[in-house]
Amino acid sequence: MSGELLYIFISALLVNNFVLSYFLGLCPFFGVSGKIDTAVRLGAATTFVMVVASLCASFLHAFVLPYAPYLQLISYILVIASTVQFVEMFIKKISPALFRALGIFLPLITTNCAILGLVLFQTSRQYSALEGVVYAVGAGGGFTLALVLMAGIREEAELSDLPKVVRGTAMSLLIAGMISLAFMGFAGLFSGGE
Amino acid sequence: MTQRDPRLVLQTSPFLQTGVTTPRIMRDVILAALPTLAAATWNFGVVALLVVGSATAGAVGMEWLTTRKRPDNPLLDGSALLTGLLLGLTLPPGIPLWMAFLGGVVGIGLGKAIWGGLGQNLFNPALIGRAFLQAAFPITLTSWMPNRFHGEQVAGFWRLGEQTLAAPLMRRDVEVVTAATPLGLQKFEGTLTDLGHTVIGTTGGSLGETSAILIVLGGLYLLWRRAFDWRIPAAILGTVVVFVAVLHYGFDASRFPTPWFSLTTGGLLFGTVFMATDPVTSPTSPKGAVIFGVGVGVLVVLIRHFGGLPEGVMYAILLMNTASPLIDRTVQSRVFGRGRKAAS
Repeated sequence: MSGELLYIFISALLVNNFVLSYFLGLCPFFGVSGKIDTAVRLGAATTFVMVVASLCASFLHAFVLPYAPYLQLISYILVIASTVQFVEMFIKKISPALFRALGIFLPLITTNCAILGLVLFQTSRQYSALEGVVYAVGAGGGFTLALVLMAGIREEAELSDLPKVVRGTAMSLLIAGMISLAFMGFAGLFSGGE
Repeated sequence: MTQRDPRLVLQTSPFLQTGVTTPRIMRDVILAALPTLAAATWNFGVVALLVVGSATAGAVGMEWLTTRKRPDNPLLDGSALLTGLLLGLTLPPGIPLWMAFLGGVVGIGLGKAIWGGLGQNLFNPALIGRAFLQAAFPITLTSWMPNRFHGEQVAGFWRLGEQTLAAPLMRRDVEVVTAATPLGLQKFEGTLTDLGHTVIGTTGGSLGETSAILIVLGGLYLLWRRAFDWRIPAAILGTVVVFVAVLHYGFDASRFPTPWFSLTTGGLLFGTVFMATDPVTSPTSPKGAVIFGVGVGVLVVLIRHFGGLPEGVMYAILLMNTASPLIDRTVQSRVFGRGRKAAS
C-alpha cells in the first residue's frame, strides 16, 4: 500500500512531471519563472489548489457524477475556479506584495491546464481519495520543482550575453527543452524494475 | 589602451597571475583524455577514431560557424575540440558516423552557442549532445558493438560496425551484433562481470568508459595540474561507494552489486573525471561543489538501481547542472558585517 503511494508520488513528482514530461501548465511555467521567490510561492499556491481540487473531485466522482456523468468537466472547472478564488482572497489578505508580484497569473491558475489535467487523470486512473491527494501533492511538488529550477537558470542566464535571436521566450523554451531532456533520466524510476 | 613606445608601463591589477588560462586547462583535459582514447582504439579498433573524429568535426565545425565573426576567435582555445572529443568517447562504438557528427553539432549549438559561448552555458555541451542523441535514436545509442576480444578470435583492427557508414536518416535493417555492457548484464541478467576486466577495460560499453584504470590516470594528472576542484569527484565517488555499500551489505547482496563493481563500470568514472568537473557548469563555491557531487552520486545510484535504465551518469550530471544555479545561491557566503539572513 505505502509502496503504491510512493510510486504515485514519485511518478507525479519526477517521472511524469506535469510540466517537463506532459507539457501541461506551461503558461505559468514561462510567465512566473523569472524570479525564484515568486516561483516558490506560485508553486505553493498551485499545489494547494491541486490538493483541494483533487479532494473535491474525489467527492464529486463518488457521490454526484454517477448520477450525472455529463457534468464531469463543468463541475471540475467550477471546483477549480472557486478554489482559486479562495486562494486569491487569502493571499490578497495575507501578503499584498505577493499578490501584486503574481499579478495576472494568480487568477490564471483557474485556467492552468495542469490542474484540470490532474483531476481528469485521477478520475480516469480510478484513484481513491487518499491516492488522489498523494498524486496532487506529487504533481504540485513537481510543478514547483520545475518552476524553481527554471527560475534559477533564468536568473543566471539573464547575466550571460545571449545571442539576440534567442533572447526572451525563445531561450526559455530552449531551456525548458534541455531540462526536459535531463528529466528523461527518471524514466521508470521506482516502477519495480522491468 | 596600448601605448606606443611606452616609457612608463601602466597596468591595472591583478599583477600576480597563476598562469591558469582557458587554453591551458583545455590542453590539460585533452591530454588527460588521450590515454582513454588510445584504450578505446585498442579495444574497439579503428571505429573508435572514426566516431570520435566525426563528433569532433561536428563540434568544431559548429563552433566555427557560430563564432567566426567574433574578433577574439574562440575556436583557438580548444574548448570545442575538447567537447567533441569527450562527446565521441561517450558514444557507443557501433554508432553511424553521421549521428556522432550531429551530436557534436547539437552539443555545441544547443549546449553552448545559444548561451553566448564559452563560460556562459549551464549544461555540459557534450552531455547535451549525447542526451539529444539518446532521445532521438534510443535504439542505436543502446546497441553496444562487442569489443575486439569478445569472440573466440580477436577481431581485426580495421573492422567497421554494420552501421558505421550508414547514410544519414536512412534506415537499414541489418542484423547488428551486440554485446551487453557490464551494467546491463548486472541489471537485466544478474551476472557480474569480472572485476579485472572492468578495471582494465576489456568489456563492452561506450568508447571511453571501459578502461577504469586509464580514466583514473587521467584524473590524477588533472588533479596534479589542479585543473578541477577535487571536492566534486571525491563527493561523487564517495557517495556512490557508501550508498551502494549500504545497499549491498545491508539489504540485498544478490540484487545490488559490490561498490567496486559500481565504481569501475559504466560511465561513472568517465563522467566524474571529465564531465562533472567542468568548471563552467558546476557550482563555484567549495560547499556547493560538495552538494553537487553528493547529488550526482545519489542520482546515479537511484537511476541505476531503482530506475528503468541501466546507466544514469549522464542524466545525473545534467540534472545537477540544472540545479547548480540554485546550489550556488543557497550556499552564498554571508556578506561581511551583515546579519545572518541578509545574504540572500
